Amino acid sequence: MTDPLIRYVVVPLAQTVVILLVLLGIVAYLTLAERKVLAWMQVRIGPNRVGPRGLLQPIADVFKLFAKEDLVPAKAERFVFLLAPILIFVPSFLVWAVIPFGETFTVAGVPVTSFIADINIAILFVLGVSSIAIYGIILGGWASNNKFSLMGGLRSAAQLVSYEVPLGFAVVSVLLMSGTLSLVGIVEAQRDAGIWFFIPGILGFGIYFICGVAETNRNPFDLPEAESELVGGFHTEYSGMKFAFFFLAEYMNMLVVSSLAVILFFGGWLPPFPNLLAGLWQSPLLSWIPPFIWYLIKVMIFIFVYIWFRGTFPRYRFDQLMAVGWKWLLPLSLANVLLVGIGVLVLKG
Amino acid sequence: MTDQRLPSLFDVEEMELSFGPQHPATHGVLRVQLKLDGEKIVDAKPIIGYLHRGTEKLFETMPFPQCIPHTDRMDYVAAATNNQGFCVAMEKLLGITIPPRAAYIRMMLAELQRLASHLVWLATHAIDIGAITPFFYTFRERDAILDLFEEYCGARLTLNTMKIGGVPFELPAGWTERCSALVDGFPAHIDEYEELLTNNRIWKKRTIGIGVVSPEDAIDWGLTGPPLRGSGVRWDIRKVFPYDRYDEIDFEIPIGKNGDTYDRYLVRMVEMRQSVRILRQCLDRLPAGPVIAKIPKVLRARDGMVYGSVEAPKGELGYFIVTTDKATEPYRCRVRPPSFVNLQLLPDMVRGHLVADLVAVIGTLDIVLGEIDR
Amino acid sequence: MSDNEKTPPDQLPDTPEKPAGAAPDAAPAGGDAPKSAPTDEEKAAKIAAAKAKAAAAKAAKEAAPEEPKQPWETKPVTPEHEDASADPDVAALAAAVDGSVLAADRFAGDVTVTVPADKIVDICRALKTGRGFKFLVDLTAIDWREREQGRFDVVYWMHRFDDSKRIRLLAALPAERSMASVTGVWRTANWLEREVYDMFGIHFEGHPALERILTWEGFNGHPLRKDFPVEGIDTGAAIYPDVYPPGGGPLRPEELEQPEPKADGKGES
Repeated sequence: MTDPLIRYVVVPLAQTVVILLVLLGIVAYLTLAERKVLAWMQVRIGPNRVGPRGLLQPIADVFKLFAKEDLVPAKAERFVFLLAPILIFVPSFLVWAVIPFGETFTVAGVPVTSFIADINIAILFVLGVSSIAIYGIILGGWASNNKFSLMGGLRSAAQLVSYEVPLGFAVVSVLLMSGTLSLVGIVEAQRDAGIWFFIPGILGFGIYFICGVAETNRNPFDLPEAESELVGGFHTEYSGMKFAFFFLAEYMNMLVVSSLAVILFFGGWLPPFPNLLAGLWQSPLLSWIPPFIWYLIKVMIFIFVYIWFRGTFPRYRFDQLMAVGWKWLLPLSLANVLLVGIGVLVLKG
Repeated sequence: MTDQRLPSLFDVEEMELSFGPQHPATHGVLRVQLKLDGEKIVDAKPIIGYLHRGTEKLFETMPFPQCIPHTDRMDYVAAATNNQGFCVAMEKLLGITIPPRAAYIRMMLAELQRLASHLVWLATHAIDIGAITPFFYTFRERDAILDLFEEYCGARLTLNTMKIGGVPFELPAGWTERCSALVDGFPAHIDEYEELLTNNRIWKKRTIGIGVVSPEDAIDWGLTGPPLRGSGVRWDIRKVFPYDRYDEIDFEIPIGKNGDTYDRYLVRMVEMRQSVRILRQCLDRLPAGPVIAKIPKVLRARDGMVYGSVEAPKGELGYFIVTTDKATEPYRCRVRPPSFVNLQLLPDMVRGHLVADLVAVIGTLDIVLGEIDR
Repeated sequence: MSDNEKTPPDQLPDTPEKPAGAAPDAAPAGGDAPKSAPTDEEKAAKIAAAKAKAAAAKAAKEAAPEEPKQPWETKPVTPEHEDASADPDVAALAAAVDGSVLAADRFAGDVTVTVPADKIVDICRALKTGRGFKFLVDLTAIDWREREQGRFDVVYWMHRFDDSKRIRLLAALPAERSMASVTGVWRTANWLEREVYDMFGIHFEGHPALERILTWEGFNGHPLRKDFPVEGIDTGAAIYPDVYPPGGGPLRPEELEQPEPKADGKGES
């Protein structure tokens, strides 16, 4: 067993497999969590028949989706129809290669990082790769040969492209504060600074999260899949496993946006006030908590906020949605960059 | 080569979309044929008749009391007011006065039904615009109201709960207490719905300025009910042609200012509060006495025609009954459905709006296809 | 009631042959042990008391006035038809358009004016602009079968907001004639006239888009006419009148065409 082999081949492979499996599990149970939490908000119970308290529901859903008839509409463009779900699904998994969950820990003497790769342009990678999903949506809507799907696909593409711009600028404001594009570096910068970046960058956080909700096609920006108008939007004609890909990709994107929000603005895997309360966190009472747990708690809070939005708000009409993105969020995000830049200049001398 | 102009890059083609009979948002089997220019609606043509069951023809074959269950099935969401309309018209035709207790019971049933119908309207309207939670809250209250109905007449939806001359049954023991408890708890629930929607930015953006109807247009097109009141015309059959002792009860008629969807929403919310007020007064003042007038076993009319109308939750529901001498059945019974006349205005209301607004407008008109198609 | 109670301890049980007169005390309210036979004075006192009581009740009834019966306790009285020519709106209409008021009737509080069908648009306009009836409540028709002034009656009623007055117009129309449309006067009439066309077959001239509304295009028949059966007509007759009998009811079994047996003997599907 040569050291480089372990460090550069075995460990990353193991990490990849573990992360993939864990993510799939989390995403599957996220569907159940959404149904239950939404139900409790709506004075109902949610699925509680399959397994104890409905806990086996996602497994049942997986079996169902596998077993469904796989239809391709007669006049649909077959190759593109099959390509579209892949184009949506793969990028949402790909970004997890650079997202860090915690500190480095050792397993049998071998240091294992909590990320698969730490590249120094991590944020750029994430933004770039997740943009590929837009192709999947447009192609899916067009290839279905259905007016409803086409309209849904076009609407969604316009929405995603418009909201990427303020999202990018909000991220830029974080970069100004951290000085590095690497995600691990950003968390380290928050530890060094002693505060989470959402305190100085509160405006940026607000813009980022709103754009994140729009990017994942979630309520109140879920017009592309508005059931009451377009039946299903761009995924009307999909069934079976292909539909499952769209579905999983949506939840995966929710996780990505939440994770990035946590890393960029909420200190990643750091406990609250990491320097001030270092004594508390290092004390034998609490030192057994792995940093990963902090990260998980924060991500779950964001997911809850996603579900909360869905249960509360009506949805924006398409032109109003575009107006919010271009007329409000974009100038605000630019102003935010300016303010943060001035602040950094003043504070860091 | 013909000298036809070749299509240029900028030619605009209108897309024809059939907002088909089967659609999650059309509240029944309504088909709207849309001509779209991108997202903008150029023209909309509602096509109805999918639920036509020939109710008016059936009325001509049945004795008067037998017609009442058929009236339930027209506006199936608000069955009690359908019954009430028929009974009011027949009582006008036959010269029957109903006892005061019967009148108060009828008013209570009608106002409970108005609450139930407006709850359904709120649920479906909100869900069409994207707010999925009020649906569950309103149906919780509606279930309580339907339980009261079930206790009284045995049915939840198609009630058959009124007779010509009064009501068929005395109130069951404890019904007034349960009704009272419901009425006392109701304003808190209305506050709950209003908290979710009335001041919500997104809700206001989706409903203000959508589907505007001026008062002159409303009168010319024959709108009645909340759409007419939302446009600012103070008109309610319960105040103008009071039936069933509504003249003894205090209540107000809400009217809107701008005639848009938001105003109609507010009008209906205030109507719910006024219904609660009417119910409270009826419960407090419920007189003793018989619940049905003394009428002959076989009702025979003389020749004549009469029109009796009530304020259904959807608008003015009228029955035009024509009888021949000594007849036991109507010769012709025409139902004036409020949703039918209200729906006529749909093309004018949505021209120039986007597809998303079509759904909001259909919701705000509060149509029931059972009533439109009969 | 047990037998013990009927037989007093000091008397033998009654035999059926016992004359009724000898045991008057066995007769009164059952269950009581019979006392000794009342004396004549007591009997007379009882009768006198009962008579006095009856006399007192009668006197009380005559003294107090009888409560009038409420309208719902008496048999209902159907309203009468009255002439309404003196009604101000009717009079104004008669003045505004010549020959417009053929008859005016008030029944159960509704005023009905019979008008000629060919002047309907002028009449409606006169009522709308002259008398302020800005709201058309409903428009429908009645099929009277054979009648000398015309088979159909087209009914309009309209409403005035200021004093909440309603008025109804009846226009007699023979079967083949068409009616002028009042969509130019009130836009409400649009779908209402379409429904009358659909259900009765009355054409409205000047209507922007007169087509069927509740039945489908191509339906042959007018459902609310009295000669249209309640059971409905076969869909075939609805579309292909030359093949199927017009207005015929559902096909009886013997009228069904028997399909040809297939060559391989499998018969009809």
